[in-house]
Amino acid sequence: MKSVQKVDLTKIKPYGDTLNDGMVQMSFTLPVPYGDEASEAARQLAAKMGFDEPAVVYSKDLGVGYTYFVMYGKCSHTVDYTSIEVPKVSMEFMEREEVEEYIAENIKRDVVIVGACTGTDAHTVGIDAIMNMKGFDGHFGLERYKGIDAINMGSQVSNEELIAKAIESKADAILVSQVVTQKDVHVANLTELVEMIEAEALRDKLILVCGGPRISHDLAQELGYDAGFGSGSYANHVASFVVKQIVEKNLI
Amino acid sequence: MVSKLNLNPELIDSARSAARNIAEDVQNFIDKNTTVAVERTVARLMGVDGVDEVEKPLPNVLIDAIKEGGGLSTGAAFWIGNAMVNTGNSPQEIAEKVSAGQIEITKLPIAHEDKIMEAVYKTAQEMVEKIKNNRARRDEYLNTIGEGRKPYLYVIVATGNIYEDVLQAQAAAKQGADIIAVIRTTGQSLLDYVPYGPTTEGFGGTYATQENFKIMRKALDQVGEEVGRYIRLCNYCSGLCMPEIAAMGAIERLDVMLNDALYGILFRDINMQRTFVDQYFSRIINGFAGVIINTGEDNYLTTSDAYEEAHTVLASQFINEQFALKAGLPEEQMGLGHAFEMNPNLENGFLYELAQAQMAREIFPKAPLKYMPPTKFMTGNIFKGHLQDAMFNLISIWTNQGLQLLGMPTEAIHTPHLQDRMLSIENAQYIFNNARSIGDEVEYKKDGIIQKRAQEVLAKAEELLKDIEKEGIFDTIEKGKFGGVKRSFTGGKGLEGVVEKDKKYFNPFIDLMLGGAK
Repeated sequence: MKSVQKVDLTKIKPYGDTLNDGMVQMSFTLPVPYGDEASEAARQLAAKMGFDEPAVVYSKDLGVGYTYFVMYGKCSHTVDYTSIEVPKVSMEFMEREEVEEYIAENIKRDVVIVGACTGTDAHTVGIDAIMNMKGFDGHFGLERYKGIDAINMGSQVSNEELIAKAIESKADAILVSQVVTQKDVHVANLTELVEMIEAEALRDKLILVCGGPRISHDLAQELGYDAGFGSGSYANHVASFVVKQIVEKNLI
Repeated sequence: MVSKLNLNPELIDSARSAARNIAEDVQNFIDKNTTVAVERTVARLMGVDGVDEVEKPLPNVLIDAIKEGGGLSTGAAFWIGNAMVNTGNSPQEIAEKVSAGQIEITKLPIAHEDKIMEAVYKTAQEMVEKIKNNRARRDEYLNTIGEGRKPYLYVIVATGNIYEDVLQAQAAAKQGADIIAVIRTTGQSLLDYVPYGPTTEGFGGTYATQENFKIMRKALDQVGEEVGRYIRLCNYCSGLCMPEIAAMGAIERLDVMLNDALYGILFRDINMQRTFVDQYFSRIINGFAGVIINTGEDNYLTTSDAYEEAHTVLASQFINEQFALKAGLPEEQMGLGHAFEMNPNLENGFLYELAQAQMAREIFPKAPLKYMPPTKFMTGNIFKGHLQDAMFNLISIWTNQGLQLLGMPTEAIHTPHLQDRMLSIENAQYIFNNARSIGDEVEYKKDGIIQKRAQEVLAKAEELLKDIEKEGIFDTIEKGKFGGVKRSFTGGKGLEGVVEKDKKYFNPFIDLMLGGAK
């Protein structure tokens, strides 16, 4: 029996059912009418994307002269996994009780956290999941935490209002949520907030955190935030980060 | 109908009677007041349209002038009628002259009451006829080209550009959709005016304007004739311009309208006094125009837990039913809302969802219930999401829901792409066809999980309604009993637009439209 081939981490490519077969499944729509020509166009396009042996396994007429495809192809590119570095919120996350103890022992006062979904975004689901008493998926929100004063301003809050509230409540941290965005408006919005906070000379006095399905820690740092939390983050992650930063930055 | 859930009819009656008292209590308040939005609607229904040189809609110009002149409590119809008698002009010409500063509408000599009434009712009657004709035109379509089978497949377009929306809507209709909702641009519910003309930019949706309604109506009639199915058009009659949007929808023959004061209060922080008064008139118009309203109970479950707070949904459905009846809107047009939003990790969650949907079906047998898909627990795993939507579709066909807002596998990622809608329609069509008569075939075990769950939710809803009956709905909302959101009686947006009616006040359209065509 042939032994199983070992993975070469300097040259990785997708795995279907055999190492290095490069198999990728994908689906997309082309603005051309359903038919053989459409499938050929999809195949040629996939070849240009770097797929060997591109195959249309399914196509469907979308009804307005557009066609949908499900395709497979063998990826011809590789990536060196050993050289990858991704900045992350690198810390041990604490559970709620641990955060509460940490505050009692190290900060010895209530931590004030102001949160909002800013700009035109009307989706409170993200900020609610982190802040509301109930939390999300069995993880209680910040309102439930002893030692945290959580102020949830809801959605469609302007950056001006958010900063005004942070000043008024002497906030230690600001949480900004951006859920549904069109044409990357969330980036402009997040950038504006940082600029305004800097203009108020508040940047050193605040922990600034953003979150949402399109947010990565990398993007957050690039925009001038202390951290970014993507999908699958819970209140205890955010709380752990904020309270440790308060101690680290000596904002007690 | 025999209850498959063994629900106690006395409990249902008791809940319904509590809801009736709750609505009556609010109705007493509603009857004493009017709002700027109600009066702008009267102006629109009398034919006032267009904008001034700074894009301010003429209905706003006119009503602001009446308000500044201290005449709002008498109602727009009185002042417009009086100006018609004085000048011999049409309401539109009067609005234009007010805008140009040529007349001060509240300073004209007061004509004889009979003359004012005659002028107003003649104009009002014309609009009422037009709306009646729209209704007849819809019926004619339904009788000739027909419609899709219930549950209607309901999808959303949201490009921001009405012309792009048309392309997506026509594609969806060809793929099998029965209802197209054009989602509004973010924040429109908080505008105290309705924008004008065709629009090509919006965030997360497209402005609701009368011209956009007209463009989409024409496109859907066209594609409906092509596919041999009447395609319904849906928009959002909520927020600060509730009755105005209802009027525009009635004029342009929309078929479905989101219409729920509680939703606006809780989730858009609209003042409760304002929006209950607005809702009443908007529901009269929707009722008269044959528009199916959709209520927003599903939204409570996006902020509260769908399992624990299920009874608040039922309680709100009871209240919404009574508010709708007060406005003369028949049960057949009540798209009471609910949703498939329980945590998918919940053991037997499907059974609880089934119990909830079956319960709503039995308690509101004539209502075309609006069933909303999973959104809160959609993850970006499009494959699992497609399955969650399939479970939701199965319950819908099983319990005979009316309007099925299709879930998208890409929910929580982006507004739907062209193929997302196709995949969702295919999902629903497959399940609806494959399990068409499951509800007629399957009964539930006596005192099993499903029966017990439904009985428990009904009992809790009845208890809550009796509490609300004692406290009144205003106090209940102030205490945060719906959706876990607290709102104050005098807080929120739009209170400055509420005014108490004086003795001379009249609104011809309430008279002409309440209770349907006479």
